Amino acid sequence: MSERKFLNTNLAQMLKGGVIMDVMNAEQAKIAEKAGACAVMALEKIPADIRLEGGVSRASDPKMIKEIQDSVSIPVMAKVRIGHFVEAQILEALEVDYIDESEVLTPADRVYHIEKDKFDIPFVCGAKNLGEALRRIGEGASMIRTKGEPGTGDVVEAVTHMRKMNDDIRYIYGLKKSELMNAAKEMGAPYDLIKYVNENGKLPVVNFAAGGVATPADAAMMMQLGCDGVFVGSGIFKSGDPVKRAEAIVKAVTNYSNPKILAEVSENLGEAMVGISVNDVSENNRMANRGW
Amino acid sequence: MKIIGWQIGDGKMLIGVLALQGAFREHILALEKMEIDTIEVKSNDCIKEIDGLIIPGGESTTMGKLLDSFDLRDEIKKRILSGMPVWGTCAGMILLAKDIGKEKAHLKVMNIRVKRNGYGRQLGSFISKGKFANYTNVSMPFIRAPYIEKVGKNVEVLSIIDGKIVAARENNILVTSFHPEITDDLTVLEYFVKMIE
Repeated sequence: MSERKFLNTNLAQMLKGGVIMDVMNAEQAKIAEKAGACAVMALEKIPADIRLEGGVSRASDPKMIKEIQDSVSIPVMAKVRIGHFVEAQILEALEVDYIDESEVLTPADRVYHIEKDKFDIPFVCGAKNLGEALRRIGEGASMIRTKGEPGTGDVVEAVTHMRKMNDDIRYIYGLKKSELMNAAKEMGAPYDLIKYVNENGKLPVVNFAAGGVATPADAAMMMQLGCDGVFVGSGIFKSGDPVKRAEAIVKAVTNYSNPKILAEVSENLGEAMVGISVNDVSENNRMANRGW
Repeated sequence: MKIIGWQIGDGKMLIGVLALQGAFREHILALEKMEIDTIEVKSNDCIKEIDGLIIPGGESTTMGKLLDSFDLRDEIKKRILSGMPVWGTCAGMILLAKDIGKEKAHLKVMNIRVKRNGYGRQLGSFISKGKFANYTNVSMPFIRAPYIEKVGKNVEVLSIIDGKIVAARENNILVTSFHPEITDDLTVLEYFVKMIE
């Protein structure tokens, strides 16, 4: 592993057990930091609005990102379209701490993801299963998250992706060495990374939950399923009391296996994000289907 | 990891690792390599039982906030002031410092002024090797690391890299800007274990 790669995967290690929140301006970033977020994701429209308004959504205005960078001391992440390596170059020039090559934005390339190894800045990418995660890691991602179905407040897809990831990892872990090349072929994943999973029984990078996490209980459920931390997007700033809900989700992630604390923090959070069931989102409009 | 009930009376060292957020698992794995019993500290009930405490890397604002949310701050501070050895890496250094510039300090037990994100953003992260106390060639990964700008009179400087203080000790309190727990180099962990012995 190169020195830069070591530093980048280990920055993700430092985010573990934490909550990363979507923010749209400096003021929200400060709220997120105060509520205990371990990083913020800077973007112009949160997934729920992107879903509502449609159109093409792209990387954010550098000015907005700079304002957010100036307002908080926690890491600042920002999104680029799948395959849009120039948007990534721009974010690297801005020195964001992490780039999310994200299906939430409209994809810029139908076939290729960004060659992430070319960048010094670390990347996080979404994945629905092990093969997809290992393809992204093979391209140079230092962190993985579930895709979920962003902007719905419905956690079912994130749960599905995490369970699939766990099943796939258990399957590869149980294989004999002679069976690994075929598994690599079937999953469409690099052989050396399949070998890593076979030897270690885990991904070589951290894996966070994302997409549809709206309550402390959602967040704790994803942690109990084995996620290392949680991304919260529309769930916070689309709810009745963002500050209180943000603090509650942070506490729930720290004490994800303590139902007594989960009960306490879930109390009286006001109106939850108005959700859309994933079943009501047409196949065409599902963000999780973007990327492969 | 050890369950507290077994610990009482067997006389073996038990090191607590603050497990609110960040790289606590890496510290636990490193201590397990040295066959030392560890416990994740998330609430007050185990603080009386531990012989030493590690505050890991992560985000200091998050951890500082959670120290208050779960009423840990006073109990931890009390034990540090009564002499329990404590080691803060990176964010842990920030939590222990009395002065962190413009922002409000957290545990305020060590007489140092710390500069947060001293080397800038993630692109400023780097790996170095250098002198730590009496040891040489110690592996030092710096990840969005702070450094010490100023030390009080009872503080012993243990390491300087590129003219910046990156490790120091004041009696029972040890701090490092860098992360020994993510390397195979156990020098600093061994140093901390000796502080407890």
